[in-house]
Amino acid sequence: MSEARGAAPPAGDVRPVGVPGVSAVRCAGLTYRFGDHVAVDHVDLEIGPGETFGLLGPNGAGKTTTIRMLTTLLKPALGNVTVFGTDARSSPMRVRRMIGYVPQLLSADATLTGRENVELYARLFDVPRRLRADRVDGALAAMGLTDPARRLVKTYSGGMIRRLELAQALVSAPRLLVLDEPTVGLDPIARSDVWDFIAGLRESAPITVLMTTHYMDEADTYCDRVSLMHAGSIRATGTPGMLKAMLGSGATLDDVFRHYTGGTLDDDTERRSIRDVRRARRTARRLG
Amino acid sequence: MTSVAPGAPPAASAEPVPDLPDDTASAITRRLASRVVTLCWVELRKIRHDRTELYTRAIQPALWLLIFGETFTRIHAIPTPGHIPYLAYLAPGILAQSALFIAIFYGIQIIWERDAGVLTKLMVTPTPRAALITGKAFAAGVRSLVQAAVIVVLAALLGVALTGNPLKLLATAAIVVLGSAFFSCLSMSIAGLALSRDRLMGIGQAITMPLFFSSNALYPERLMPGWLQAVSKVNPLSYEVDALRGLLIGTQAHLALDAAVLVGVTVAGVTASALLLPRLAR
Repeated sequence: MSEARGAAPPAGDVRPVGVPGVSAVRCAGLTYRFGDHVAVDHVDLEIGPGETFGLLGPNGAGKTTTIRMLTTLLKPALGNVTVFGTDARSSPMRVRRMIGYVPQLLSADATLTGRENVELYARLFDVPRRLRADRVDGALAAMGLTDPARRLVKTYSGGMIRRLELAQALVSAPRLLVLDEPTVGLDPIARSDVWDFIAGLRESAPITVLMTTHYMDEADTYCDRVSLMHAGSIRATGTPGMLKAMLGSGATLDDVFRHYTGGTLDDDTERRSIRDVRRARRTARRLG
Repeated sequence: MTSVAPGAPPAASAEPVPDLPDDTASAITRRLASRVVTLCWVELRKIRHDRTELYTRAIQPALWLLIFGETFTRIHAIPTPGHIPYLAYLAPGILAQSALFIAIFYGIQIIWERDAGVLTKLMVTPTPRAALITGKAFAAGVRSLVQAAVIVVLAALLGVALTGNPLKLLATAAIVVLGSAFFSCLSMSIAGLALSRDRLMGIGQAITMPLFFSSNALYPERLMPGWLQAVSKVNPLSYEVDALRGLLIGTQAHLALDAAVLVGVTVAGVTASALLLPRLAR
């Protein structure tokens, strides 16, 4: 499945898709309002092809709303967002074909097997029938789920479900992988496990990854560049190293965040982590 | 990133997912058909993994046929067209009722999928909203069809003389699927308005029995008081029962009208649910 991603468009095809040098994601003046509340406020953002990019910020910063506009679920109030040169508002179907999306909640279907969960998305993305079985097996293998693939998902652990969701997102050979809080609610071992698989994926294929997180340590370790988002707008963008260096030696990404946002992230880290645990438990119960 | 210059020949082994045109009529039809097949496939897999619902849902129709049907056959309380046994008259009505009960609570699934984030994920696939709803409506039809098979066998065991004509049985299946597709759309529309599982359960409970009793499932329309006849005339369940009865036990039916009404309300139902879907995805 991986070799498909680097494929050139057929000769003579002049679609902007696949033209080298086009940004993977470009937001210009992107704005969204819920009533009077401006959830996303004139966001400008550019993500290069092949980059792993982190959108960081506390809950309510506008990360998920930004993602929802990029994934065509919400229409921007102002501004626009393009994915590999294609506008999300005017060509939503074409944008969706380029995206593999993993939402915040554990969302695999517990009443199906792992393999059926992945096959469903292969079908929904119109993977041709003769390629389907190979693609499904490939995606499951890439996430280390070949053996449990025949079991019902209700027997899976949280980390396995997250990897299954990654397999679901990968089966259509997307050019852009969008991960909304990919490790929230997972225990530390499952978290690093999920990251190892994402890192392995990047080594084998030139995929662009956009993720949101509020775990600064993960962003520091795994992202090429990050944007710090607060109250709907982007406060700083750069490589983790660069952002830390600007504050002097010994600074962490947490310090950087405090510097730009006035410490709100730190204030309720404790409370939020309790909430995450609660949410993970609720999800676990729901999935049986 | 291994970007390849535009115009370069595609790599021999690479088979990218086809970038289908999205707006031609044939592309739209093909995608709709593909999504319906896919979501019906999912439903069949689910039934296969867990058959308990199939058995528990067979209990109620069995009671209706065994107790209500047998008793009313014996006392001849309800005059049937052509003096056919009441049990035979009742069987298609119970078939339709059983499909109605499955479909009217189908919206619960979409609320569950909303709460679990599954709906968002489905809506980020290249699947238009109407195709997603149509797929789910037909998946509800598939579930009803499996249930219908159980009831047909049950009725045959109780001695109801059902048609053996394969074409009529196929048409019966089509009517069951259409009826369930409509009622599941009704349910998904209510889901889009109610936005919570509990409210949908309440509304579903509140409307199933009125739908059932105001139809011709239990008794011929001409026995009803005038106002109830008027309600029955606008109740899609009556048209479903009329068609099923004509096909399965050979009573006089208005098959063309029945099919046209069911297709019409299903299209309207898909449209309404698709328009309400963004409320759920918000």
